[in-house]
Amino acid sequence: MTADATTGAAVPSGRPGSPVLQFDQVGKIFPDGTEALRDVSFTVDKGQFVTVVGPSGCGKSTLLRLASGLDEPTSGRCVVDRSNIGYVFQDATLLPWRTVRHNIELFAELHEMPKPDMERAVTGAIELVGLSGFEQHYPAQLSGGMRMRVSLARSLVMEPPVFLFDEPFGALDEITRERLNEETLALFRREGFAGLFITHSIMEAVFMSTRVHVMSGRPGTIVASYDVPFDYPRHPELRFDPTFAELSGEINHALRGAHT
Amino acid sequence: MTATGLPPDSPDTRAAGRGLAGAGTGSTLSVPRESPPAVRSLLTRLGPPLAVFVGFIILWYLYARFVLDENGRKTALPYPHDVVSSFFGGADGSQPGQLLSALWLTFLVSLIGLVIAIVLGVTFAVLMSQAKWVETSFYPYAILLQTVPILALVPLIGLLFGFGFSARILVCVIIALFPIITNTLFGLKSAEKSQHELFTLHGAGTWTRLTKLQLPASLPAMFTGFQISAGLSVIGAIVGGFFFGRGPKDLGNRILLYSSRLRPGELIAAVILSALLGIVFFQFFGWARNRLTSSWYQGR
Repeated sequence: MTADATTGAAVPSGRPGSPVLQFDQVGKIFPDGTEALRDVSFTVDKGQFVTVVGPSGCGKSTLLRLASGLDEPTSGRCVVDRSNIGYVFQDATLLPWRTVRHNIELFAELHEMPKPDMERAVTGAIELVGLSGFEQHYPAQLSGGMRMRVSLARSLVMEPPVFLFDEPFGALDEITRERLNEETLALFRREGFAGLFITHSIMEAVFMSTRVHVMSGRPGTIVASYDVPFDYPRHPELRFDPTFAELSGEINHALRGAHT
Repeated sequence: MTATGLPPDSPDTRAAGRGLAGAGTGSTLSVPRESPPAVRSLLTRLGPPLAVFVGFIILWYLYARFVLDENGRKTALPYPHDVVSSFFGGADGSQPGQLLSALWLTFLVSLIGLVIAIVLGVTFAVLMSQAKWVETSFYPYAILLQTVPILALVPLIGLLFGFGFSARILVCVIIALFPIITNTLFGLKSAEKSQHELFTLHGAGTWTRLTKLQLPASLPAMFTGFQISAGLSVIGAIVGGFFFGRGPKDLGNRILLYSSRLRPGELIAAVILSALLGIVFFQFFGWARNRLTSSWYQGR
């Protein structure tokens, strides 16, 4: 629970505990002169679930865009195998003309996965996120939470070793959000991917993660980092544990310090 | 003057009033037990326009019967039943089926013109959506198609291409092309940035992006374009036939003939037929769009 800046020197590889995603003194200045990120360094190891918490507009999402290759950093580097990254956007971003099943098939289709493999993987993913029975529904017929499940399942089909989450549950009501937090953790445990999660909710950050980074406002930079000491599986009641509250309070304090 | 002179409880206003009152009470108050819901909804939907139609026909009869011109003669407006009978060959020597064969020709011209416009329009829109330079080079001319007065262009087309089928089809294509290009292009560009990014993340090429993202996203707008152009294509066929006095005897040709020979019954019949043809085209594409997109698209 000490505030430090983690620097990972090792090159990403697949070994347990080794970094699969590495930010190395990453900075991003947009063409219009806005400095979104400055000197961000941290790693996400295999088996880790890392959360970056910060206020809206602090450049958290830019971090994921740089990791995935949608944007390039203007200084420093991101090291990650981009051939297979799970990326869940803020908005479910489904194709409205495709049914649930066909939406979940999309990435497999784009990667030309053989038909029988795809069928098996898609059916598996549908079961994992609890959408059985809704295969033939269209996105417009689903609730916000179910759309997010489709979005998750779509990436799960590819079994990516790294999952990027860009405030995926921010628009949902609290009950749905908490349930999806728990389900995402179950998937994390089961599938063994490394997760990088962006949120502005401290409770969500602490509940989900092995490690929490606090980001300051523009230009975004890591001001404090915390290890979360709880073991998995984490139960919903953990949110009311005194240690949980204490850690949340510390992170809250760090966030306030960074924004005054 | 007849219209304003009608007492408030004349047959047509009472009919219209009943229809509207029925619609109002049906949705707010108790439901008449004897009529099943399907029949009732059909009545509330069709009742008001039907009442307007009946009122219009009654006004037409009254006008044709009682209104005289300043010289005290009856006006040239025929009775509705004269118009109906001229569909089957008029009393004044026109042959039975003349209008129907003209309708068939106009149908063919506008259909072929529309199909060509759809193929060209969608192709151009796709090319414009894929390369900015194609859009900037050709879009001004697409606008030109829309703004040039078609009436001024038609005689020129006649001079260059003759008065036959192909010249008339060309008129249809010119008049129908623009809405297809603009609507399809708008639709192709309607896919959201984040949806494009999904495809970028998974290494999709131009063709995959076009067929799996842009074209499906464009369907609602594309079919709206088809719908608008379908009506325009019928107008193009009529205008072509109207200006090319020689050549195939289609509806436009007949309209010219009937107006020069002062035969209002047939003239009105021809106008009604061309309007109906336009409506059939329009409805067809509306139906096709709903079939393709109603399951997922909630018109925004």
